[in-house]
Amino acid sequence: MRNVLFSAILLLFFGGLLYLAADLPFGHPPRTDMDDYYIRHAQEQTGANNVVTSIVFDFRGFDTLGEATVLFTAVLGVGMMFRKLKEGEEYEND
Amino acid sequence: MKMTKIVRTTADLFFPFCLVFGLYVVVHGHLTPGGGFQGGAVMATGTALLLVARAYDDVTGRIRKGAMKACEAAGLLIFLCAGFSGLFAGRPFMANWLAPAGQWFRTFVAHGPNPGDLNTAGLLPLLNFGVGIEVLGGLTVILLYMLSGIKEEKK
Amino acid sequence: MSSRLLLAMPYFTVVVLIVLGLAVMLSKRNLVKILMGLSLMESAVNLFLVATGYRHDGVAPIYTNVPAGPMVLPTVQALTLTSIVIGVATSAMLLSFAMVIYKKYGTTDIQKIKKLKG
Repeated sequence: MRNVLFSAILLLFFGGLLYLAADLPFGHPPRTDMDDYYIRHAQEQTGANNVVTSIVFDFRGFDTLGEATVLFTAVLGVGMMFRKLKEGEEYEND
Repeated sequence: MKMTKIVRTTADLFFPFCLVFGLYVVVHGHLTPGGGFQGGAVMATGTALLLVARAYDDVTGRIRKGAMKACEAAGLLIFLCAGFSGLFAGRPFMANWLAPAGQWFRTFVAHGPNPGDLNTAGLLPLLNFGVGIEVLGGLTVILLYMLSGIKEEKK
Repeated sequence: MSSRLLLAMPYFTVVVLIVLGLAVMLSKRNLVKILMGLSLMESAVNLFLVATGYRHDGVAPIYTNVPAGPMVLPTVQALTLTSIVIGVATSAMLLSFAMVIYKKYGTTDIQKIKKLKG
């Protein structure tokens, strides 16, 4: 009984998402002013051929700094999980 | 139980090609699709191949945890110092003060489609290199820590 | 009414993947399988982001030997790059949590990991 109820709610959710996604325009994005500026001026202001790289590292370089920090923090967290315990400690938070 | 000799030899042969291809993707980040994160992931795939083909005790002689941690920290430091160097040139933080005309990484790029020139794009190749080194070090350190965690359990 | 049902293929795939990922996350008991459902949902969101920026008959926004045609929106691809890296970081942390939980409890069944209660 619980399985049938669960499947029914999921099917309802599926139908609702399909109904909402049918209104999205595909192939004709409505607002392109900022991207047109980036495509037109990326080569003369950055000197790079790749517009995506010039956005990631030059026009929005601060977000990339934050992302590199997030990766660093994840490695810190994983390293903290697998720490070798010193003698005399049984659990980590004793 | 160990992998067969064919698997171990193929992984040993394939590892430098993975590193070279990853470095190619990183260095040409401003000309072709790719860049720092993508090239770093390709390089980390090379080291993951080596880790899968051999046991953990065999690999720690070649890919040491300390060297990979140094790689990762050096990558983030390169990124930060390149960002601060904009302040010393009189421009805002992380401004592209090397572009677009002059000598080192400063060749002028004409507008429109063109075959790419490697000597362009100012500060961007340096930032790409820093991020690529950091992703390689970070992903390899994650893999090494997880493998050492498994090893401790089977006493 | 029939024009409402004409979805573009990428959006339909996104909806299917989100519902599948949600179903896996809610109904499985093993911790690693729940993490697989989360990874599925993250892939679906990245696909949705990239599909938003498509222009009809567009080419990649790179000027090296580019064929003729309008360029696809590049900002959304930059957002997707960041999202993929953050997904990798989250998955690494969650998997290491799962390993430590298995070491302490001896099982990964979420209905048996209850030491925080009471």
